[in-house]
Amino acid sequence: MTGPSGAPGDGYDDGCGDGYGLPGGGTRIPGPRGAADDLDPRYAPDAPPVAAPVTPPPTPPHGVLKSLLGAWALAACSAEETQAVEDHLTECAPCAEEALRLRDAVGLLHPADSLDLKPMLRSRVLEDCLGKRPARIPVPAWATPYDTETARLDALLQDFGDAEWHTPVRLKWFEGERGRSHRTTVAGVIGHLLTVDGMVATALGLDDPLGPDAPQGNPSKRTEFFWGGSDRPVTRQVREPWREQGHTLVRTVSFAGRGVAELSVDYGPFALPLGDAFLERAFECWVHAWDIAEAVDYPYDPPSGPDMHRMIDLAARLLPGALAHRRRSGLAAPPRGLVAAGAPGRTLHLEIEGSGGGSWDIALDSPAAKPSPEHRVAHIALDGGEFCQLAAGHISPEEAAIGQQGDREAIRDVLFTAASLSRL
Amino acid sequence: MPKDVPPRWDRRMQQRLARGEAAALGELYDRFASLVHSLAHRVLGDESAADRITREVFGYIWENPDAYDPKQGSMRSWVARVTQVQAVARLRQAELGRGSREDLERKVAGANAAARADFIVTSMPAPLRAALELAYFKRRDYRQAAADLKISEDEARRRLRLGLQLLSTANTLPREDIAPPGYGGSR
Repeated sequence: MTGPSGAPGDGYDDGCGDGYGLPGGGTRIPGPRGAADDLDPRYAPDAPPVAAPVTPPPTPPHGVLKSLLGAWALAACSAEETQAVEDHLTECAPCAEEALRLRDAVGLLHPADSLDLKPMLRSRVLEDCLGKRPARIPVPAWATPYDTETARLDALLQDFGDAEWHTPVRLKWFEGERGRSHRTTVAGVIGHLLTVDGMVATALGLDDPLGPDAPQGNPSKRTEFFWGGSDRPVTRQVREPWREQGHTLVRTVSFAGRGVAELSVDYGPFALPLGDAFLERAFECWVHAWDIAEAVDYPYDPPSGPDMHRMIDLAARLLPGALAHRRRSGLAAPPRGLVAAGAPGRTLHLEIEGSGGGSWDIALDSPAAKPSPEHRVAHIALDGGEFCQLAAGHISPEEAAIGQQGDREAIRDVLFTAASLSRL
Repeated sequence: MPKDVPPRWDRRMQQRLARGEAAALGELYDRFASLVHSLAHRVLGDESAADRITREVFGYIWENPDAYDPKQGSMRSWVARVTQVQAVARLRQAELGRGSREDLERKVAGANAAARADFIVTSMPAPLRAALELAYFKRRDYRQAAADLKISEDEARRRLRLGLQLLSTANTLPREDIAPPGYGGSR
């Protein structure tokens, strides 16, 4: 099918193929009409002298000229070919008709709109739709931030070329007393998300995207397993499985019963109920989308206020347990006294400003203690974005811009604990 | 990005929408929102109008999933058609009383052709689109395009011609400019 007249769908092969470009034919440039068309003696004998002085380039055969029509319409052939095609068009009606059609078609080509879909449009469209016709099978409220954030990140990836997919990204997190980082690429980050989302998938009884031999219950080990699983770097091919798994997760929890939110997802040192794991995944998706956007120099907005509020609420709920963990590791000051489970204990008041903000009382002495406004020993106030950066390990506790008053040690412990919520 | 989705996906999506699955609506949006929005933008040339059409089109599909007939073609082309109809109806509304009737009809015809052309370009086989992009947007001649794509010159010529032949049907095959059954233009 490489022959010049092999273009499928053309119906023009027989229309004007005769007379031109016969191999070995002596006449190179055909006259306006073939001599045999007309017996009028004025046409017949005059042909030879025309070709005499300079030898023009040989006229390509009709099939080639016809195959050039697309390139000609796009001004994508050589000057000689352009001339040859245009000469041909004066003689060949079917080709002339097609040429005109193709040239008009070129006028319809149009650069793709660089216009990006506004990320918030998705939520508005879905809300609109569900207002008109309520869902019989809704997405659980705790899963919608994940649904929204994965869709937002996917839209960011939409127009990425290979260059963007291989752009280096430095992932940052906080471990012990200091910041850590790991260099990967945009594709590597999506692989990381696929890998850790896979822990939620297996908790729901879905297949592990990494296969049966992958380490369980350890996000970092799993990610290293994935990154190290092949000699070749992760490519854009990772987008589809990541996206598909995300859709499957949302669909699966929509159909599951009410109790599914309580299903336990094993993270290794701790476990989260599925509802919180979805929120954690939404948070991580946003944080890494932000990493990616920064690496390729795109703007990226924070989540909507209500979604951000849920994510901050999760972090606030995790703080007492994480603080106790640090204390056991000798990284936080010991408790100031034993508090019976459920009894009020020393409390830090956390005030988050801006979109998605609110205030939370954090129990300092033990996860089992009850936070109590009467027992507040410290108060910190910071912006929601700042708090999320801290909890994502993107800024250190010393760097965070914070309004604070009260017990310095308690404040330090809570800020370091917030940073320690981050991991690879 | 063209998606070669099998018809099975289309039918399943329709069933899921029909049974009121919100997760399916999200997936539908993720697959078609950029198509809907860009077609609406091409017809109306205005971003907020395109946003509005996007809301209307998804609202219509969510409320009327049965209006799609898999036997008539892909869901993607149906979604494009619904969008075009809705956007052109909005264009008529907006242009009514501005200029002569002929001007309006010319505008509408132009908008219809532009929308069809965009749809054709996004739906055509990727090799054809890649060749057109090189020749038109990157100003490569067909020999350079052949080298870029690692194909023969014959093949480059073939792809450019075939791509334009497909595109030219936007001018010659007007898709029905009347609303599909049950779809009022003024919802």
